[in-house]
Amino acid sequence: MHPFTFSTAADESSALDAGVSGARYIAGGTTLVDLMRQTVERPDRLVDITGLPYGDIDLNRDRLRVGSLVRMSALADHPGVREGFPVIAESLQLSASGQLRNMATIGGNLMQRPRCLYFRDVSAACNRRSPGAGCAAIGGRNRALAILGTSDQCVATHPSDLAVALTALDAVVVTTTPKGERRIDIADFFRQPGDTPDREHHLEPGQLITAVEVPARPDTRRSGYLKVRDRASYEFALCSAAVAMEVVGGVVRTARVAVGGVGTVPWRLPAVEQRLAGRPANDHTWRSAAAVAADGAKPLSENGFKVELLKRTVQRQLSTVARLA
Amino acid sequence: MSEDSNGTPPSGTSSPRMNRRTFVAASAAVGGTVAALSVVQGCSEDGETPASESTTVTLSINGESRDVDVDNRTSLLDMLRERVGLTGTKKGCDQGACGACTVLVDGQRVLGCLTLAVMTDGAEVTTIEGLERNGRLHPLQQAFIDDDGFQCGFCTSGQIMSGIGCIREGRATSSEQIREAMSGNICRCGAYTNIVTAIERTASQRGV
Repeated sequence: MHPFTFSTAADESSALDAGVSGARYIAGGTTLVDLMRQTVERPDRLVDITGLPYGDIDLNRDRLRVGSLVRMSALADHPGVREGFPVIAESLQLSASGQLRNMATIGGNLMQRPRCLYFRDVSAACNRRSPGAGCAAIGGRNRALAILGTSDQCVATHPSDLAVALTALDAVVVTTTPKGERRIDIADFFRQPGDTPDREHHLEPGQLITAVEVPARPDTRRSGYLKVRDRASYEFALCSAAVAMEVVGGVVRTARVAVGGVGTVPWRLPAVEQRLAGRPANDHTWRSAAAVAADGAKPLSENGFKVELLKRTVQRQLSTVARLA
Repeated sequence: MSEDSNGTPPSGTSSPRMNRRTFVAASAAVGGTVAALSVVQGCSEDGETPASESTTVTLSINGESRDVDVDNRTSLLDMLRERVGLTGTKKGCDQGACGACTVLVDGQRVLGCLTLAVMTDGAEVTTIEGLERNGRLHPLQQAFIDDDGFQCGFCTSGQIMSGIGCIREGRATSSEQIREAMSGNICRCGAYTNIVTAIERTASQRGV
């Protein structure tokens, strides 16, 4: 690990001062400390933001607001979230381990770096870690990597389960900057790799996530998360699906669907949603909607199985959520 | 580099004879000195407030207040083992994958390897050494013995600390739930069946 100086932010303005001048924010540290030890991350300065007042969960009729420093376990266990936004609680409960969920924060969860083997191995070529170095994954071990949103520069999947649930629910990421608050729709928060895979999001240097807001809609109560992986627990998704659905009189009024483990960013599926709205809530509808889930997929040498897996995961979760009371 | 009084290892490791652990500790201390010097020089050129790459952490470990000087890079795990002399907490993977380093910080189970020691200032840390009361093992420690919850024992302190967290979180109500809640603790000997039994019986019979 490279040496660094450490300070604790007493308030938001001192945090922003440090962030704008190049310090890295640290809260739970579960990604950053790990990557610093691998020397993938080499910050000169860390500023501890865990003393800032972003630790509340606030729920009202219109929306859920989650402070960026809320721990994953606290949000997963919140009774109002479990009842009113089950897809969020489930996505968290199926993430990481009990210890990591007690440490990791909601803001940090959105800022996770990729889990690609070659990104984490500093002796391997990785455009995301070292722009222009090449991508060892495209011709290498890529079974777990993406089939959607890839480029010839990078094929790493986005690792967050929570971000998939938030993408389905049209969340807003609330940030602060020296010029004031900036709100970013989650659909605009993450960047696909394109020609600049080192740029993973649209945050300016020092811009700090303070909260995530999720609008309450008729479908958020009838929602859920399905995660398919190599082990029953404590493993990243090969494929996952977050679904929220409103069914009235046996007919789907609206459905929102996002998938994880298959895209370079959390991946919304508008084509699937269009094949659900106004259709009868039955197996034929789920199958025909899920049939277009993998449209545009570009499988790599080892992950062609994800095309069919993605369709089946979506179909299964549409059927599961439709049966919820 | 001398240890402060609170950081002195227990008498068993204070012998002048060099063993593996004192050799590792001495090597780490030398490395830290070199790094600290280079930073002081770098900052004086910038004319900024001299920034330090080491910090004094004040925290409670097993109920005892401690002041420990640490290089900022030190994990809570390494501070406990190498600076405080509490070697019951084990280093398995050192990357958050195995759970061997699980300790309680402010009552919650966390991973010592992914916690920077400098971020535990003011915290209450409980390790495996802090569980016994008046010479009696913690009920979950006793259950691991009674139920044969280990073989080689390397993962055991992490399993027990995580098991206590799991019970406190209310997740030890069935063997299925325990398996899910304990998935962050790997046992390469494969003692899982008896670990689950020990946790389940402790949660239902003895209280924690």
